[in-house]
Amino acid sequence: MNFTPATATRTALALRQVNLAFDPDHRVLERVDLDVADGEFVTLVGPSGCGKSTVLRLMAGLLQPTAGWVELPGDPRIALVFQEPNLLPWRTVRENIGLPLELLGVDSGETERRVSESLELIGFGTPDVQKRPRELSGGMRMRVSLARALVTEPDVLLLDEPFAALDDLLREQLNEELLAIHRERGTTALFVTHNVSEAVFLSDRVVVMPAVAGGTFSEVAVDFPRPRTASLRAEAEFAGLAGEVSARLRRGGQEESS
Amino acid sequence: MNSSPGNMLSRWWPPLGLLLVVLAVWQASVWWFDWPPFLMPAPSDVARAVADDGDRLLAASLRTGVTALAGFTASLVAGVLIAVVFSQSRLVRQSCYPYAIFLQTVPIIAIAPLIITWFGTGFPSVVLVTLIISLFPIIASTTAGLVNIDEDLLELFRLYRADRWQVLWKLRLPHAVPYLVTGARTSSGMAVIGAIVGEFFVGHTTTHYGLGYLVLSTSQHLKTAHLFAAVIASALLGIALFTAVTWIGTTLLSRWGSGGRQAMHVTDPG
Repeated sequence: MNFTPATATRTALALRQVNLAFDPDHRVLERVDLDVADGEFVTLVGPSGCGKSTVLRLMAGLLQPTAGWVELPGDPRIALVFQEPNLLPWRTVRENIGLPLELLGVDSGETERRVSESLELIGFGTPDVQKRPRELSGGMRMRVSLARALVTEPDVLLLDEPFAALDDLLREQLNEELLAIHRERGTTALFVTHNVSEAVFLSDRVVVMPAVAGGTFSEVAVDFPRPRTASLRAEAEFAGLAGEVSARLRRGGQEESS
Repeated sequence: MNSSPGNMLSRWWPPLGLLLVVLAVWQASVWWFDWPPFLMPAPSDVARAVADDGDRLLAASLRTGVTALAGFTASLVAGVLIAVVFSQSRLVRQSCYPYAIFLQTVPIIAIAPLIITWFGTGFPSVVLVTLIISLFPIIASTTAGLVNIDEDLLELFRLYRADRWQVLWKLRLPHAVPYLVTGARTSSGMAVIGAIVGEFFVGHTTTHYGLGYLVLSTSQHLKTAHLFAAVIASALLGIALFTAVTWIGTTLLSRWGSGGRQAMHVTDPG
């Protein structure tokens, strides 16, 4: 199964025949092929424990496949947004966002400039940049986490259920902000979620993962024009696509029991 | 923190009231049963001993305080360094940790004579006894702080190709600070005990006249009221060092984020 979008220009990242087993009895992925094109927004959905996060960690180079390989043409800069904001509690907002540049050895003037740019991108007010994470709300913390990922100006943004812990209203708002950033930066995005409506709203393609290793991947193309606005969620066609993704998720789940 | 005057009063009057009751019963018992002063001096005798002997008590307390502080500082430095070494390798940790526990469990009474044989009866021996007694809490808590780090945070550092030193300086060490503060508080109380025990052991031949020496000599001369005075001074010294370390720790942690807040409540039963 090789999912390549019809409009593909260039592959940004791909898994080729990837197997991953933590031990012989615990196979997580089997012969997985997945292509994400340059600038594309792809979302992975699937039942809990199907290996969605594992796919992101393979792409990020945090895990090595047992067999097969990960293709990253042109050695793109990769950033990962975690489910938890994972901010360092002893650092201010500004210092947290600057951390990746610090680790990569970027000089302080350039760091200063890029942190400011990132802050602007997530709409963070100046009085808040000297605060520490515990003084921020959950939504604000997630925005800082997003800004920290964007500060390296990544070519590829990997997001592992970043908004799962937020309430619906905040989640929708952050979805819209994320789309605006994706549009402005042209970043390739691979997004993992449990939320079908979120998946359809954000993506060019939704890839439905099977419940068990070796099962069939399927995908739903989402052709709504961009920029997308909040009103899209109210359209009948949107509900239809969300229903389609849900149905495939259920079928994926049934494969496990039969 | 509950620091309003009303709160302070409601916190302090129960222990103070109890103290007054105990002192009154004690004074009355000594008077009623007519106990000899060398066996059980009255609070008034102890007060007189403090007044008579104030200069010597103060000098001895200062002396012991300096020794305890020196030993405590040494255990802070040594403890953090050892913990850093432990944090760098599981093998090192597994090999060395049992010996660190040995240090904690071996009775200081058993090794104090050995230390005196090797290092003499002066300041260095007393500091060394203090160090041995107060070292383990620092090693244990700091190692825990350096090692128990969320996997996601380690992945974040790996993603940006952080080397071992960056992980240590920018993640492990700052993460361990609240743990270190908790360990330092336990250790500070033990340092005063260590200094007094050390002084007690170096004994009469010493040039080091601290509270431990005072306890030893007053008990041998049956100056029991003075012995009580020395014991009270020891307790006050312990409380002083503990309070100082707690205050510095609280100040440090106030800017340390949520990681520090749990560590704050260790001594607060209310």
